[in-house]
Amino acid sequence: MDLIYEPWPWYVSGPLIALVMFILLFAGKQFGMSSNLRTMCSIGGAGKAADFFRFDWKKERWNLMVVIGAVIGGFLASHYMSNNTVEINPDIAQKLSQEYGIDSAGEAYLPPELFASDQLSNPFVLSILIIGGFLVGFGARYAGGCTSGHAISGLSNLQLPSLIAVIGFFIGGLVMIHLLYPLIFN
Amino acid sequence: MKYITYLVVGVFFGIIMYKSEAASWFRIYEMFEFGSFHMYGIIGSALFFGIIGVQIIKRKNIKAFGNQEMQLKPKKQSVPRYLIGGIVFGLGWALAGACPGPMYVLTGAGFYSILVVIGGSLLGTFVYGLVRSKLPH
Repeated sequence: MDLIYEPWPWYVSGPLIALVMFILLFAGKQFGMSSNLRTMCSIGGAGKAADFFRFDWKKERWNLMVVIGAVIGGFLASHYMSNNTVEINPDIAQKLSQEYGIDSAGEAYLPPELFASDQLSNPFVLSILIIGGFLVGFGARYAGGCTSGHAISGLSNLQLPSLIAVIGFFIGGLVMIHLLYPLIFN
Repeated sequence: MKYITYLVVGVFFGIIMYKSEAASWFRIYEMFEFGSFHMYGIIGSALFFGIIGVQIIKRKNIKAFGNQEMQLKPKKQSVPRYLIGGIVFGLGWALAGACPGPMYVLTGAGFYSILVVIGGSLLGTFVYGLVRSKLPH
């Protein structure tokens, strides 16, 4: 049972992610999750507002199936394969608790301080979720890919543009955590 | 029938994301605090096999099913697009604690607040489409 409920170590998870990429390559497709956001905009009629969304989104239906599968996978894993807690480095957990009042490391999968449904009525939390999402969506399309498209697919193919993008991901992430978090959460 | 295959790949991917904890806000925060090797190990070991496999595919000119070309076209060269876009993405990744793949996974796991993050990312994608021609690429 431990094998099912315990988190999978990195040396199991990483190779399995590579396997997903290769299955899609052999199917003639490319592993990339953020392009679905563009497809969804097109389906919603965004083509009326910008040329960028005027493309044959029906060709991208396969990737929407991957998305639906990922939703199902998340349901299965959280309901039947996990105790839904994440243990992190105790020093980091302590820092989260002391500096930002996030006390749930080791007790939850996502911090309820930010992701509990009743927190949506808190304007501060709501803006964090919306702005965070906005930056992810805008940045992923501007950079032409996200973690899957650049950090996994692109770097596996030794693409310099993907290396630049991934360096950008980390510059942005480090600036957010080390410079902006103290301003936002204090 | 083909669509079922993609659905199964998605289920597999979703389970990996959840079980590896790459979909957890805590792991993303810890990664940017350099508190654990875990996330670096996931990306690093995926790349270890990814790079070797892609090299084999290219050198042996292996085709995809149905004798199609593999989707391994080189990306267009540029710096500002990837760097600025990447930085914007990174700011959001660390703020929301989730990138696009895990967002879908977390929806299935019942964290419905993530739908707000997905809504924000659809809005971000839409606004990018509107202002695209004015940005350096």
